[in-house]
Amino acid sequence: MFSFEFMQNAYIAGTFIAIICGIMGVYVVGRNMSFLSHMLSEIGFSGAAFGIFMGWQALTGMLLFTIVSSILIGKMSVQASRRESAISAVSSLFLGLGILFLSISNKNVSYATNILFGSVIGIGRDEVNQVLLLTIVSLVFILFMYRPLKFDSFDHIGASVKGIHTNFVSILFLVVLALSVSTAAQIVGSLLIFVLLTLPAAAAKIVARTVSGMMLFSIGAALIGVWLGLYLGYITNWPVSFFIASIECIIYFGSMLFRQEN
Amino acid sequence: MTETLIQVHNLAMDFPEQQLFNQLSFDVDRREFLSIIGENGVGKTTLIRILLNQLKPTGGDIKFRKGTKIGYVPQFRNIDQDYPLSIRDFVALNLQDGKAPWLTKSERMRLDEILEETDLVDIQNTRMGRASGGQKQKAYLAQALVDQPDLLILDESTASLDSVRKYELFNLVQHFNQQHDLTVISVTHDFDLMKQYSNRYLMLKKDHYALGDVDDINSEEDLLNV
Repeated sequence: MFSFEFMQNAYIAGTFIAIICGIMGVYVVGRNMSFLSHMLSEIGFSGAAFGIFMGWQALTGMLLFTIVSSILIGKMSVQASRRESAISAVSSLFLGLGILFLSISNKNVSYATNILFGSVIGIGRDEVNQVLLLTIVSLVFILFMYRPLKFDSFDHIGASVKGIHTNFVSILFLVVLALSVSTAAQIVGSLLIFVLLTLPAAAAKIVARTVSGMMLFSIGAALIGVWLGLYLGYITNWPVSFFIASIECIIYFGSMLFRQEN
Repeated sequence: MTETLIQVHNLAMDFPEQQLFNQLSFDVDRREFLSIIGENGVGKTTLIRILLNQLKPTGGDIKFRKGTKIGYVPQFRNIDQDYPLSIRDFVALNLQDGKAPWLTKSERMRLDEILEETDLVDIQNTRMGRASGGQKQKAYLAQALVDQPDLLILDESTASLDSVRKYELFNLVQHFNQQHDLTVISVTHDFDLMKQYSNRYLMLKKDHYALGDVDDINSEEDLLNV
């Protein structure tokens, strides 16, 4: 299997994506932002469509749209009560635009399918390098603001009392989240971003009791899903996304059972 | 010799529909235990938010002794049943001086120390979401104190506790007040608690306030008449 370059590429990219999603997911779950990360992936779809329409790479358009919208969302959603409707408003606009760009760009349907459901097997060396770069940038950000971000994500009230600039942390986090969403969309597609960004972390939340423990579990769960999913996709020729989604669901429901048993 | 920690001078807070206080002045000395008491809506929490610099007063000023570090236990916290962190990890959130993701040796020692002193060692690995009301309040207290503040502000911390837990919590606060020179400001509705633990009271009323020694007050009636 590893004698094929496309499988090597898929495994390298998949591994890095699993790591960054595993880490970011813990914060997404801690901040109750699963809804928002899903919205960002829809915005990513329209960004990709825009990129194709402009004749760029899909990833470029995706990054542009997700980063701009995450800053907008961050600025608009200072008050939690306004957050959900703000997210809906922004993402509706972007989804509509995505459909428009796809329809006027005269590309065939397979482009849309790739963006929505992922195309990890077709990933080239250049794209692997992009994924690597984005992952490293995201990791540096996370490392740089690890403690304030952890405090704000798991005890927002305590963090604001401490004088942590929670708005700044929040916007920076959203930008890194936008990077991760755009990166992960390369492998599982924007419709299934949930699968790597929230399911492993949601399972970790059930099992672990510390932030570092949650991260280890979440990265592990994401890695198992990606590695096993790629292998099963390789031997069956079925979509990799299907396998990853199924494995992550099994891990998630398995964790729930584990908790009930204990 | 007493040292003044906070000087509040002619503080005023006007909201469009009401004036909460006007010309409110008081000092808080180091090691003092001050209770802020008064009915709902007289501005107790507003005063706390001004002290915490979360709200700008419309008049007057507040001076803190240079370098005063504040620990705060707020009235509300969103910790639901599914909240994942252990008591230990929750308390450690407030260790923010270091930059590395892991705690340094001295931070770990400080964490052990505060868990020991707040009686949380045996249950440090319990999830916050699964902890009882009293255990949670102790964890909030430990989190505020792990950073070694000079001033601790408690906002109705005992509101949800039965009387045994209430006294347990305040015995702890008193321990830090007396053994570690912690200055305490406690917002409360509870006369007995105020009487037993604090040195002074600040009674806020609709249009005036009263400040005095707790020893001069013997009943709730006395307090209403000051």
